[in-house]
Amino acid sequence: MENKEYIIELNNISKSFGDKVILDDVSIKVKKGEFVTILGPSGCGKTTLLRLLAGFGQADKGEIKINGKDYTDIPPHERPVNTVFQRYALFPHLDVYENIAFGLKLQKVPAPEIDKCVRRVLKMVSMTDYEDRDVESLSGGQQQRVAIARAIANQPKVLLLDEPLAALDLKMRKDMQIELKEMHKKLGITFIYVTHDQEEALTLSDTIIVMNEGKIQQIGTPTDIYNEPQNSFVADFIGESNILNGTMIKDKLVEFVGHEFECIDEGFGENAPVDVVVRPEDIYIVRNLESAQFTATVKSCTFKGVHYEMYVDTDKGYELMIQDYNAFAPEQEVGLIIRPADIQVMHKERTCNTFEGEIVDETHVKFLDETFESLPLEGFKEGEKVQVQVDFSKVDLIDHVEDGMLEGDVHFIIYKGDHYHLTILTDEGYHIWVDTTDIWDKGDLVGINIAPADIKIVKCNEHND
Amino acid sequence: MKKFFAQCYIWLLLVVLYAPIVFIGIFSFTGSKVLGNWTGFSTKLYTNLFTGDMQGTGSLMSAIENTIIIALIAASVATLLGTVAAIGIHNMRGRGKQAISFLNSIPILNPDIITGVSLFLLFVFLHISQGYVTVVLAHITLCTPYVVLNVLPRLTQMNPNIYEAALDLGATPFQALKKVLLPMLKPGMISGFILAFTMSLDDFAITFFTRGTVGLDTLSTYIYTDARKGGLTPELRPLITLMFVGVLVLLIVINIRAMRNAKNNAQ
Repeated sequence: MENKEYIIELNNISKSFGDKVILDDVSIKVKKGEFVTILGPSGCGKTTLLRLLAGFGQADKGEIKINGKDYTDIPPHERPVNTVFQRYALFPHLDVYENIAFGLKLQKVPAPEIDKCVRRVLKMVSMTDYEDRDVESLSGGQQQRVAIARAIANQPKVLLLDEPLAALDLKMRKDMQIELKEMHKKLGITFIYVTHDQEEALTLSDTIIVMNEGKIQQIGTPTDIYNEPQNSFVADFIGESNILNGTMIKDKLVEFVGHEFECIDEGFGENAPVDVVVRPEDIYIVRNLESAQFTATVKSCTFKGVHYEMYVDTDKGYELMIQDYNAFAPEQEVGLIIRPADIQVMHKERTCNTFEGEIVDETHVKFLDETFESLPLEGFKEGEKVQVQVDFSKVDLIDHVEDGMLEGDVHFIIYKGDHYHLTILTDEGYHIWVDTTDIWDKGDLVGINIAPADIKIVKCNEHND
Repeated sequence: MKKFFAQCYIWLLLVVLYAPIVFIGIFSFTGSKVLGNWTGFSTKLYTNLFTGDMQGTGSLMSAIENTIIIALIAASVATLLGTVAAIGIHNMRGRGKQAISFLNSIPILNPDIITGVSLFLLFVFLHISQGYVTVVLAHITLCTPYVVLNVLPRLTQMNPNIYEAALDLGATPFQALKKVLLPMLKPGMISGFILAFTMSLDDFAITFFTRGTVGLDTLSTYIYTDARKGGLTPELRPLITLMFVGVLVLLIVINIRAMRNAKNNAQ
């Protein structure tokens, strides 16, 4: 790329609907001609971000620049971008030709030129000779091709695609992915592509922006994102992975699954709690137990076409997923080896729950909009603002929602080898993180209790976080 | 046997529904002054109706003219107002939307007589002299909710991205309305217009209370006055028959159109 200037700059974009924060201080820069994918689970704010870029809706805060010019308050019809919508959004009362010519006619382009352009873009999406067809008589894949043709006919500087392939079947999706990639090369314009499909993102993009809960988790090339995830969310969302609690003993030495491993990461400090990610294909599984770093027993082995997927129990009681070309029978004792370069060490986002609280009386403290019983408190005044700390493993989750002090639902689950790390979203909109060995499903309603002995109270001014 | 009774039931129902109209239809082809008295086949009443050889012809013709003109104006204005209102309601969020939809349905369920009396009182209160204008205003009030009711479902069924797609392709909000939204709402607007037209056409109570004392008559008020004068003018029989046949043809046309549309969509 010769021209290094940014075609799109989003600066500190925030957006809420009512109380719900959809986008929280999002900043993105996109280079001219890039294929950028915004990737995240549903409800992460990716579509809202794309809509703000197209001009549908206003950001509460922040600035949108396209080609260096401020477009924050410019209505959609004056923006040099065009959108391909998820559900095609073709005009049903117009035929294929008129759909594609819609934008050009508005610009008062002469008819012969419109003719030429329509034929050119139809050829580009392999839909030649479909000009006179009624759009409702076309299949889903064909409608999406027309929608893409309609968007590129206007020759936008940036093409926005909102999960354009989500409604197509797998085979069609794969074909369209290849075509989109080729189209991007041919047109030379910038593509901003929104999807929840990580494989699609890895296949298509020059740059991937991973989003969750309105925040950017990581920006990088597909290989960066896959090989060096910056937090456990990204590691879990992209591909298969073993995510484990670990301790960085010193530079280049990390402890997890009860063993010490050499690694290549530095600068975490000594004895620092970390998250460790090891991809299942990066664990070497061998018959020879002596040459291995640690041992395990095979629990299950499933043929997946190219490889076998095995779950093993390690000697220290952790469960790992391993992918290998060779099959190992269940109950078999095996040796495991992990190479230093294959261990991805990440800062822990948090090591325990911390809430803002307020002292009610000697044995009660209020946090998360609820008054909890605590052990007798000394040295605190009534009404004093404090910080409340609760260990992940000290939060009780119960089936009977009405028996809990708080109610919430299981929002996100990561398996950490020997326990689950859950994110609970309370009805009041607070996050609580919980370590548990019980199995819960995403979306389960839970009651939440915290025992008095497990509530740790810290004076606000003493806290130095 | 079961089928036989089911058939009988249907036919009985149809007879009960259509007997009065068929009765009038049959007796429009006889010259008798009294309804129910068959004095031999004759098309005299039809000839009278069109050549005007009857008492009070002028006022009957002007009543028909008033009815149609008022219905056309009221239906047109109501279609415009109702469509705009439907778009507005559709774009509202949350509780306001429900409240407005609810308020829209009240005039439909409200007995006409109450609407008529309240409009009458309103016009008196505002010192608006009653006549043609007040009748038209009253009919617009009557018809608009029906148009809203016909247009709103089409908006709800519509993919919300379609309007945005038009903006995205460079249309101003007005161009998007004209080139995309209105063409898509057209079927709803047409059925709303037809419904509004028929509502206005057969309204009696509201017209009666808002026409004032200037001697304005629509067909329904004319028939009412005529019947009170002692006996229905015989020429009304062919008129009613013709109107019924007219509505029947209109209905058949609408149904054939709907069937054709359904067929096209299925393909």
